[in-house]
Amino acid sequence: MPLKGTVDGRYNLREYLAFIGASVLENGKSVFVGTGLPIIAAMLAQKTHARDLLIIFEAGGIGPILPELPVSVGESRTYHRGVAASSMHDVMSLAQAGYVDYGFLGAAQMDMYGNINTTAIGNYDLPTARLPGSGGANDVASFSQRLITIIANQSKRTFSSKVDFLTTPGYLDGPGSREKNGLARGSGPYRVITQLGVYGFDDRTKRLKLASLHPGITIEEVKENSGFEIIVPEKIRKSPEPTAEHLRILRDEIDPAGIVLGK
Amino acid sequence: MEVLEEGKGQLVGWHDPDDARDWVLQNKSRELKDKTMSAAEAVRRFVSDGFFVASGGFGHVRISMAIIYEIIRQRKRNLIMAGKTGVHDMDMLVCSGCVNRAEVAYAFGYELRGLSPASRRKVECGDCKVVAETSNGSYQWRFLAGMMGLPFIPSRNLLGTDTIKHSSCKVVRDPFSGKPINLIPAAYPDVAFIHVHRCDIYGNAQIDSTVVEDIELSRCARRLIVTTEKIIDSELIRKEPWKTKIPFFVVDAVVEVPYGSHPCEMPGMYYYDEEHIAEWLALAGTPEGAQQYLQKYVFGVDSFEDYLKLSGGSKKLNYLKRREFFREPMKAPWRKKGQ
Repeated sequence: MPLKGTVDGRYNLREYLAFIGASVLENGKSVFVGTGLPIIAAMLAQKTHARDLLIIFEAGGIGPILPELPVSVGESRTYHRGVAASSMHDVMSLAQAGYVDYGFLGAAQMDMYGNINTTAIGNYDLPTARLPGSGGANDVASFSQRLITIIANQSKRTFSSKVDFLTTPGYLDGPGSREKNGLARGSGPYRVITQLGVYGFDDRTKRLKLASLHPGITIEEVKENSGFEIIVPEKIRKSPEPTAEHLRILRDEIDPAGIVLGK
Repeated sequence: MEVLEEGKGQLVGWHDPDDARDWVLQNKSRELKDKTMSAAEAVRRFVSDGFFVASGGFGHVRISMAIIYEIIRQRKRNLIMAGKTGVHDMDMLVCSGCVNRAEVAYAFGYELRGLSPASRRKVECGDCKVVAETSNGSYQWRFLAGMMGLPFIPSRNLLGTDTIKHSSCKVVRDPFSGKPINLIPAAYPDVAFIHVHRCDIYGNAQIDSTVVEDIELSRCARRLIVTTEKIIDSELIRKEPWKTKIPFFVVDAVVEVPYGSHPCEMPGMYYYDEEHIAEWLALAGTPEGAQQYLQKYVFGVDSFEDYLKLSGGSKKLNYLKRREFFREPMKAPWRKKGQ
């Protein structure tokens, strides 16, 4: 899907999502990343404003300088020039103990509290589509202090009033619900990135709240493409746009074959 | 302890800690003996119908393909598999009809390459049943509890989700903090197969990559088949014992299989054979195609060597070695046009 309003067609939707994902990440912080766009976003951040971003992979790769796009979060690229090639027990334990600032995931379906489904679409016992399941997502969302999620195709189906299966915790039933269920204090969803905008979560209600609109996108489009009511504040920022250098790095250095970003 | 919630998923491969310990005392030999054998013999001796099986590595990284092909060739049936980070390993065993039940943390997918048509079809038509859900971290801690000889490991994940409702975990009130905590039950696979970079004839194994969860899996599995790129002299193991990730007394069989992770990656040695994986994913679109693949690459060959020849031989293998070290560009022949 082309991103409406992109400046003279300089970039496509996936390139833009990768750029926005990178822009959310901070230098000097640690991030637990999932397959695909989250890895690309972390790579772009590492090559631009966040050179000391500590990237961690669930299979044990710690602190790599990523040379090319890994196909798997468990392969050798995930600890290329890293500080450790460790184990899942090690990194999951470190995350649970508080060493991971950000978790970064992709998702198939989400509700207004940021709860995620990656298990099944439709009836669980006889699913319309069986998806891979939690993988490391539940762990990443339970253990990281702040969770960032990319959903590339926001719609009434993917932004659903109720997820078909609650695989991975957002704020569960709302304020205090994570703590009540035993999840780590103060942890939870932080940003959601879609083709329309960037969202945060309302402090009081823990519900999804619009933070910035992508270029050329209207509030109406955001509302139309959601199965639940999105909180819209009075002041809405405009999402930033990538420079030519960002796009060059994405195309020439990170994904020259266009595997995720397309050609 | 107050039990707050109980998952309704099937409790797969759990044993009372005393029973688990007795089994080890009675069945695991401490004798330093030559355990080398063929893949066919290892599967004949240590894999039985109905077993709970687990694959080492990471689904399509450092996996024991020679054992997986042999399980398919020997037509083992009614297996229940740990979907612990299941990718190509699990896809092959599900699509071939060997595995008909799974506890799923991750399965039926190929990470960046998308979903797996063949094993998804098996689940969506009911041929393969998902008996419990969990997460990767939780599965690994099932193995940790087993390795430690404990009934469970407490953890702060899965809480509040449908994943825990469909898992075999229990939520209790932690007597120390007073907060809810998830108890993850131990798992003892009947047999596990792990591919390593090198080991001696007794099974002392070195792994030159992330170990993923193989420290835990190698020690909690009742039987362990180690396949290795190379068998080395035991003196080399004893010279650098800090490199040993798996000690011999947990190992039941040692099988030497160069390129034994093909078509998947062996870190530091060879990269994915993406052409081969693309061929599989294209054929996997229909039941007939999946059968055609199995006929060509599994039933149609007698040995892993023949399989490698059929898959492109030394020319292909040399390419995969260069690719591992970035001397060849990345390719994605499985990528669908317009994606």
